[in-house]
Amino acid sequence: MDVASFLQQCGIGITSGVFLGLMAVGYTLVYGTVGLIHFAHGDVVMLGGCLALAILSFLVPLPVVPLTGCLAVILAAMCSGLFCGCLNVCIDRFVYRPLRDAPPLSPLVSAIGVSFVLMNVGLVWIGPTDRAFPKIFLDTTHSVGGISILMADLLVLAISVPPLLCLYVLLRQTRFGRSLRSIAAITRATARSGEAGKLIGATFFISGFLGGVASVAAGIHATTINYQMGHQMGLYALTAAVLGGIGSVPGAIVGGLVVGLLRAISVAVLGPRWAMASVFLVLIVFLAFRPQGIYGKSKTRGGQH
Amino acid sequence: MYTGSLACFLKCSKRNWEIPVFTVLALAPLFGPAFAGGLGGQITSVFIICIAALGLNVMVGFTGLLHLGIASFFGLGGLFLAILTVPMNPLEIGFLPAVLVSVGITAAIGTLLGSPALRLRGDYLAIVTLGFGEVVRVLFLNLENVTGGTQGLGPVPPPGFGVFVTGIDLGREFVVDSRWFYYLSLVILFSVVLLVRILEKSTLGRAWVAVREEPLAAATIGISVAKVRLSAFTIAAAIAGLAGCLSVASIGTTGDPNAFGFNRSVAILCAVIIGGLGSIPGTLVGVTILFGFDIVVIPWVDAWMQRLQSQVFETNLFALGSWRLALVGIALIVVMRFRPVGLVPSRRFAAELQESQQ
Repeated sequence: MDVASFLQQCGIGITSGVFLGLMAVGYTLVYGTVGLIHFAHGDVVMLGGCLALAILSFLVPLPVVPLTGCLAVILAAMCSGLFCGCLNVCIDRFVYRPLRDAPPLSPLVSAIGVSFVLMNVGLVWIGPTDRAFPKIFLDTTHSVGGISILMADLLVLAISVPPLLCLYVLLRQTRFGRSLRSIAAITRATARSGEAGKLIGATFFISGFLGGVASVAAGIHATTINYQMGHQMGLYALTAAVLGGIGSVPGAIVGGLVVGLLRAISVAVLGPRWAMASVFLVLIVFLAFRPQGIYGKSKTRGGQH
Repeated sequence: MYTGSLACFLKCSKRNWEIPVFTVLALAPLFGPAFAGGLGGQITSVFIICIAALGLNVMVGFTGLLHLGIASFFGLGGLFLAILTVPMNPLEIGFLPAVLVSVGITAAIGTLLGSPALRLRGDYLAIVTLGFGEVVRVLFLNLENVTGGTQGLGPVPPPGFGVFVTGIDLGREFVVDSRWFYYLSLVILFSVVLLVRILEKSTLGRAWVAVREEPLAAATIGISVAKVRLSAFTIAAAIAGLAGCLSVASIGTTGDPNAFGFNRSVAILCAVIIGGLGSIPGTLVGVTILFGFDIVVIPWVDAWMQRLQSQVFETNLFALGSWRLALVGIALIVVMRFRPVGLVPSRRFAAELQESQQ
């Protein structure tokens, strides 16, 4: 593999890494506040993708022209972000909250149950086959020093990076962000108090919103969506969150980039069918040497489970 | 005399739930001719999943280690059996030695995965087992020379192939009448239940629980935490591998490797948890509900509704099968909402929950 094609693959890897990072932040935020692996997150994202598909198909004449196309994509990303955020809040309110003081594995099973229900909804909504995502000047490429840059990938970056910057400002600069970061230290008892309840709701909304944006980015990047995409992307994003150290937001973003790069490079070198195996192998080997992930603290929240 | 033995039977049944349950299961095929056909095969596959779930229960229930890749050990056990017995390969050893060897190899792989993974805590361990499961599935799909890829490896000769007992070809009997496999898996399920029960009461079983509850305290009374956890890994892998062997022998091929992926692992885990963690009858109940619904009830209901609808509307309007996932999902949510410790919780877990609520 020469340098140009290597850089080309890196570009693809970073693009997919950014939206995997967006999803991974969702896992990590929820884990940091309620100590639960939100298994249904991938399927929430998948439903966001379905909604975006519906919106973009409705606006079908617009995406042909670049400017209105971009606006349509931004509109779709906002709608699907709001939708996923609200869906996440509802899931927390009606499924997870009643189980705050149940044995630790019970919410996990509920999360798996929610994931099954959402996957089935997606199956009925868009059918069992791949659905093509509306094309937004997909075919346009620009060549910079032998590397061709797909305009669609730039669009993916353009809609994925601003939410991450907003999240950074929100977590670092506002009072809300400080309380959100401190909530990771709360015990189960205070998780039921009013203030903490609102914060947990906000966490679920933010993680859903980022997931919704990620679903549109993934749809543009992969050009198709299907009802199982949430499951597959969810596994990658969860890997990213764990690799970065689950509970740590910068860790999730770095983890997402690492997973995206690993996947793109292994697709290029070994072929697409080995991508998942090589990502997971790296994860297993890495965790054997650094059990707490890249940014994780050595003693994780949640203890045994 | 009959009343005497009946009274004795009832008395034993009160203390040991296994006796009535397995008596009924053993007698059922004598009264239901349907067991010789499709129904027997479906119930056999539920038994086989029960065996794998008991293995998982050792890890998740007794030792408190979350394992999300149990189906990969199920698949590995079956794959080794197939490699050792298919006519395509030169080995072609008999059923019993092949099962022993493949269970041994699966246990060894479980130990190998366990030794680096033991440094990890809680959810990190879960993700590593998940990743291992996916790696195994991808290897199954891609190493077509060894595993047969998506087609699976076959045909696996049935147990007792080429063995003649008083003029009856045992191998042929296994293929023709599914009651043979029904009884074979019932006997193995019973032995595994006994084995797990003995283990639970043994020093090792108590050590598992001690390590689950408080690893530090367990270490101070001289329990080697790493060794005890590793033993749970090994035993879970071995039992799941045994179940895989049975499954492959009864179907005759390893089948599509995607059946050994994350979904199957998660389904078995859910069955163990809704049944009640650390509870042997709970595990059996959980698997019977989840997989019985999936394997036995859904095809039956769909066939019935299809008949009904084609008579009334002349078209097929609604198939329960297409809402299968959602039904299972809702069942999981509802059970966890109203019985967070599971349907048949072990006494210890039930007591703990009561304590924490007071």
